[in-house]
Order: sequence, then structure tokens, then C-alpha cells
Amino acid sequence: MSHLLEIRNLKITFGGLDALSGLDFHVDEGEIVSVIGPNGAGKTTFFNAITGMVEPADGDIIFEGDSIRGLEPHQVTGLGIARTFQNVRLFPNMTVLENIMVAQHCRTSQLVFGALLQTRAFKREEEEIRARAENVLGFFGSRLIGYRLEQPAFVLSYANRRRLEIARAMATQPRLLLLDEPVAGMNPMETAELTQLIGKLRTEWGFTIVMIEHDMRVVRDVSDRVVVLDHGIPIAHGSYDEVSTNPDVIEAYLGRPAERHA
Amino acid sequence: MSATMTSTSAATYRPRMSDQDWRRIATWGGLCALFLILVSLIGMPVGLDRRILIHPVLSLGYLSLLWIPLVLGYVVSKHVVLEGMAAPEPGARDLVTGLVTGAIGGVGLAVLLLGIDNFNIRDPLVNWSPQLLSLLTYERSLGFGAVACIAICAFLGLVGSSIHVVPATVRRVVSFAAYGLLLVSVLESAISDLSEGFGLEWLTDIMFAKRGGLTLISSVVLALLLGVLSVVFGGRVKSATTRYRELEGLERQRASTILFVVVAALCIVLPLFLGTIMNELLANVGLFLLLALGLNIVVGLAGILDLGYVAFFAVGGYTTAVLTSADSPFFAPELHFGITLVIVVVIAGITGLVIGAPVIRMRGDYLAIVTLGFGEIIRLLFMSDWLKPYFGGAQGITNVPGVDLGFATIKGTDPRSVFYLVLVFCALAIYISWRLQVSRLGRAWMAIREDEQVAEAMGINTVNTKLLAFVVGAILASFSGAILVAKVGSVFPNSFMILVSIIILVVVIVGGMGNILGVLVGSFVLIGVLGGPRQPGLLQEFQTFKLLIYGALLVFMMLKRPEGLVPSARRSQELHQEEFLQDVWLKGEDHEAEEASEHAAETGPGGDEPPT
Repeated sequence: MSHLLEIRNLKITFGGLDALSGLDFHVDEGEIVSVIGPNGAGKTTFFNAITGMVEPADGDIIFEGDSIRGLEPHQVTGLGIARTFQNVRLFPNMTVLENIMVAQHCRTSQLVFGALLQTRAFKREEEEIRARAENVLGFFGSRLIGYRLEQPAFVLSYANRRRLEIARAMATQPRLLLLDEPVAGMNPMETAELTQLIGKLRTEWGFTIVMIEHDMRVVRDVSDRVVVLDHGIPIAHGSYDEVSTNPDVIEAYLGRPAERHA
Repeated sequence: MSATMTSTSAATYRPRMSDQDWRRIATWGGLCALFLILVSLIGMPVGLDRRILIHPVLSLGYLSLLWIPLVLGYVVSKHVVLEGMAAPEPGARDLVTGLVTGAIGGVGLAVLLLGIDNFNIRDPLVNWSPQLLSLLTYERSLGFGAVACIAICAFLGLVGSSIHVVPATVRRVVSFAAYGLLLVSVLESAISDLSEGFGLEWLTDIMFAKRGGLTLISSVVLALLLGVLSVVFGGRVKSATTRYRELEGLERQRASTILFVVVAALCIVLPLFLGTIMNELLANVGLFLLLALGLNIVVGLAGILDLGYVAFFAVGGYTTAVLTSADSPFFAPELHFGITLVIVVVIAGITGLVIGAPVIRMRGDYLAIVTLGFGEIIRLLFMSDWLKPYFGGAQGITNVPGVDLGFATIKGTDPRSVFYLVLVFCALAIYISWRLQVSRLGRAWMAIREDEQVAEAMGINTVNTKLLAFVVGAILASFSGAILVAKVGSVFPNSFMILVSIIILVVVIVGGMGNILGVLVGSFVLIGVLGGPRQPGLLQEFQTFKLLIYGALLVFMMLKRPEGLVPSARRSQELHQEEFLQDVWLKGEDHEAEEASEHAAETGPGGDEPPT
């Protein structure tokens, strides 16, 4: 069986700096894969490359059997890859509901005339968009529905903003979900809850997930496989237990013991 | 919970009289003096003195000075109260602050008087004139003038600071009466025009003096009337609007329908009772409203800062002139206005695409500069010798016929008919803006405005979507251009100066970006009262100072109220709801806390399991 997403020898350079140098990676349908690594390892660049936000210098990105290298970000989203952002980037002056409704842009089609003439197709589509939006928001319990629907996103608490970001990515109806540090800045309770929800994203919604995360407990609890990046190169991959005991990984995170230098 | 709330708000202390912040007073007093001298020397008092507001006492010229100590007196005695910190109680100390600030301003003005009397520097300063001197001394001696300046400014500073001190009801009544008086005297021409239409000349004859302005007696009566009104109706308007907002579903729909019918009926009936000048003014407001609504889609919704918006206005105007005028130099098919309009839409759309395509990939400042350039390029093209055989160069195209409707002709000599034409297009533009705003496309525009990169990542084709905003905006502007040309009967390149773009942008920003009601209010206030780039407003005397006031207003709004005159209803509704929900939540928590304490009392200490 071919992989859902396969990346071959991906190379990305910023000026003279190799952010990613020859990365090979793959995800199969229904997997949850975590990407970990110290700061500056190229994890977010990796996401940016998949979603078309940066242009690779070399290598290929294959999604569902076709190359998506060089496509515009909105085309990539249209094919079924959605992402969240490490530093939450919502549309702050739009309401919670609008944030989710707008994410369905590439799955809907009405333009000027439908809106002006209020055609039946337009009204039906609006209803569907709204229903799907409420369905997606309902995934997070009562936190983002009810009176919250009409609130602008900037009034939300930090944790709710993170949830809304995930909801927004879900609303694009992706097959592959890229989560960039979904629990960063959350307290232990919120983290535990979101960890469960990430599991549900796979079982109930059928998403395949690639996740960048620093919280090792979350990584251990949800991921099937873990890939460790350092300086743009994968230094280890395997199950959490394999990776967490790998001396190279420990070295990348903690540095080399002092006596080895001597 | 409520007990603690009152205790925090009651944490005030009574400051001592001598406990003044002299440095602050000196700063604001100096500022006051500076403003007074500046306004005097740019010629506002003398230039605006002819417009009388209240017959023997107050002219617009005096008002241009008097508001300064009043407002600064208010500002200087205002305290920033930090949440949870003890606040000084407003009182006599603040009055002294305001008084001294005003007095310092008055001293500045008195020094100016002495200067004018002793030196002659009219060469660089044109308004360093005896007229200014006689105006400020009330045509009496210099000594009297100087003392009067200081006394009046100090008094106004005192009045300004007393706004903080007097009880809220008094404040409301007085400010309502003052605003009302100001409004009536500013709208004098509109009111007399309207009362003439209704055959109520006797009323305005009583109210207004012969040389213009309210008479002293009528202003006192009016102030009393307004004061009583504010007591009787105080709070009712607000509760009515909140009630309207809280309506839901069918009732809301019914209320909206009634509101719509009333507004529509007013718009249709009112011009019948208005004279030529007022109808002309309304038609101008409408033309600019049309432009502002278009620009609101481009700037307010999609966040594309287009400084060359006038280009589409020009394209609409020239297309109409070429297609309808018999004097069009090269190609004169003399089509009917209705057919022309269809072609105008197509050409404006194409122009929008052609200008937009290279521009739209840029962002922020770059985009603004390039559109600015395109706006000028279009005007210079129409002006150029190269295209003179087609568009007549600087002489433009004249002899554009009005709009022939079969039973009537709409043209500039009958401003009422033009107003109705503009009204139809404004209604159309409002409908378009409103429908698009709550559609898939409108949401995509807003997302691009908020964060273009993320919008792209969420599956929006930003280039196409932005182009569409550009095109819709271009089409609305071209309507305005077409009507303008049919109204005026001619078209010249110099009607499409860069200033038009800027004034429309100011209308959108001051009114409230991305908000249809805000744009409406903005065009009425700015174009209706102050006037457009060439069109006089209600305060025709402001003509000379219009750009200064536009600029000052823009700076003030950016600093103090960036959301515009009319903040979007959603925001205020949201805040209201938030408060309400918080109250419920607090009550709920209180309740739970009580329950918990009761429970604890029953089971005794240590009876509960420790929380996990």
C-alpha cells in the first residue's frame, strides 16, 4: 500500500542555511506521528513546506500518490491537508462561528450572484456551512458553542483559541491534519483533555495526524511513531519507547556529557 | 459579591486643595495657549465670524476659539482611574485645575493681542491683522480685551472641568441642551429650507435672527425645551435600542421591516419639501456615499488600502460622457443612460482587473503607493495631449445630456431628480455591501484582512478573492462617476484629483471601517456638514479650512477612536452580552459557594474527600 503522505529527500535552504537537509518521511492512513526535536530543528519549516508556504530547494512531496510540490497553499488545503499554527493565528475580529465558516471556503462555491439574488442554492449552502461549523465546534464540548458562537475570537481565553484553531483546521475537511504544538501553553488539565481529543480526531473523525509537540507525555500518549529532527536531519524514528532511550536523541536535547570532550 | 464591588468602586480619597499637579497644568495650559494662537493666526476667527450661531453673542468664529479652553479644561481635570486603586474624588481641586489651565490659555491669547498691537508682521503672517485684534477685544480697548480673554478662557476651563464634578443628571441635561443648540444653529439653512417646504416660515422667522443665527430668546427657550426633553426621554432611546437588539427571530424581522419602511418613506418624501440647495447637498452626499460604500468593500472588508480609488470614479464618468454626449470628440454614439450604465459596469470591471492584477500581489504600504500612482496615471492620461482626440484633454467633454426617463429628465438643474437617482443607486450599493458581507465571499474578504497568509492556508485563493473585491469596488465607484457626469453635464480631468480618493478614505475611516452604518454617518457628517472636495456642505464657511479639519479629525480618530464614529453593532452587543453572562456566572458561583459552605457546615471539617 502506498503512503498517504510521502516525503523524499526534502531540502529547504534560507540563504546559506539548510533548514532541512534531505528529509525522508512518510505517514500512512490513520496514523498519528509526532515530530519532535530541539528548537530550530526545522519542525515548523517542515510543516510550511508540506502546506506550500515555503518552496523546497530539492526533493518531492507526494500526497495520495501525486506530487504537491510547488502548489499554492490554498490548493494544498483543497487537496485535504490542513494545519494549525504554533503561535495561534486566528482571525481575531471575526466571530468564532465565522472563523469556522470561512475555513470551509474551499469546499463551497457560491460567489457574488448567489449572495445578491439569495438563490436557493446559496441559502442551502449557507445552512450547510453553518451546520458543519456547529458540528465541528461541538467536538470541544460546550466551550465554543452557544453564546460563544457570536463572540469575536479575540475575547477567547488562550486555551479556547488553541481549540478554535484546531476546529478551524478540522472545518477544511482534511484527510491529513498537521498540528503545530497543539498543547503549548496549556495547563495540565487542559493538556490531558486535549490529548484525549487528539485520539478522538483519529477514531471519530478519521483524520491522519502529524503533530509537532514538546510535551513528552502527550507524545507518548497519542503517537504511533515518533520522528526526531535535529539541525534539519532526522536523527531517530520509531516508537516512543525506542526513541526516548536513543542516546542520539538524548544528546540532541541535553548535549553531550562533559567528560567525553576531555 | 456585590458588596466587594461597591467597596472597590468606593475606594476614593478626598485630595487636598493644594495637592495640584502643577507640571500637568502648565503643560496643558501651554497647549491651550498654543492652540488658541494657532487657530487665531490661521484666520479661523475672522474668516468664520460672518456665520452667526446665536445672534448677538456667538459666531462660528468665536466658537472656533472657545471650544479649546472648554475641551482642554475637561481633559486636564480628568483622572485615569486604575482598576482596584484608590481614585481621587472629583471636587474643588479639579475646578481649580481647569480654571488655571484656561487662564494660561487666555494669557497666551492676551500676549498675541499685545503683539498685534505693537508689531506688524503681516508679511509672513497674513492674519496678524487689526480685524483679529478688534474681534478679540470686542472692539474695545486693548486692556479690556486682554482681561476679557483671560477671564473668558478661565471660565470656560472651569466649565470644562466642572463636567467631572456635577452630578450625572445635570451633566446629561446640560450637555444635551448644548449639543442640541449647536446642532440647530449649524443646521439653520437645512431647517429653514425644510420649514419653507412645509409652509412653516413663521416658525423660523421667530427662531432665527434676520442676519442668521438663533435669537437670544429662542436659544434660551430651545435650551430649556431640550433640557426638559432630555429629562423626560432620558434613557428611553437607549432602552429602546437595547430592546430592539434583544428581539429575536420573527419579532426582530418585523421591527426591522418597520424601521426600513420608515427610513425609506422619509428618504422619498423629505426631498419633496426641500429646496434646491438642500437637494443638491443631499445628492452630493449620496454620490460620495456611493463611493465610500465601494471603498468600504475594498478597504474595510478586504483590507486592501487603495489610495487611487478615484481612478474608477473617473472611468465611470468618462465612459458615460463619451457614450452619451453629442460633443464627444472621437466617438459619439449618443446612447441612452441606461444602456451606457451596462457598458460602464463592464468597462469599470475590466479596469479593476487591469489595475488590480499587477497591484494585488503586493502588500500593505507597497500596495498603497502603487494604487496612489495608478489613480494619478488615469487622471493624467485623460488630461494628456496623446488622448486629447478621444477625451478632449483638459477641456474635457461637455454637453452630456441628463437621464431621459420618458416621463421626466434627470439633470443637474433639477437636483431633486438627481437625488432620487442617487438614492436608488445608494440603496443598491447598501444592499450589495450588506449581502456580500454575510456571504462566503464577505467572510473570505474579512479573513484576508485579518491575516492574509493564514487565509491562504485555510484554502482561500487570496489573489482571486482580492481581485473580486477590487472589481466590485470599481463598479460601485463607476456608478457614482456616471451619475456625477449626467448631473453636471460635463467631465474634466481635474474633477478626479487625488484629493477625492483621500476624502473618501477619510469618510470610511472616520465613519467606521467595514461598517455600512458607519460609512453612512461618515458621509453625512463629513460631506454633508463640512463639504466634499468641491461641493460645499452645510458649513460653507469652512471651505477654506476644510482640509485642515479633515486632517485634524483623521488624526484625532486614529488616536482616540480607531473603530470610527459608529462602532459595529456586533462589538457593542458582544460587550453587553459579556457583562450579562458574567453577572449570571457570578451569581451562579455565589450560589454554589453558599451551597458549598452549607454542605461543609453539615458534614463538618475534613468530612469531604480531598480534591483530585
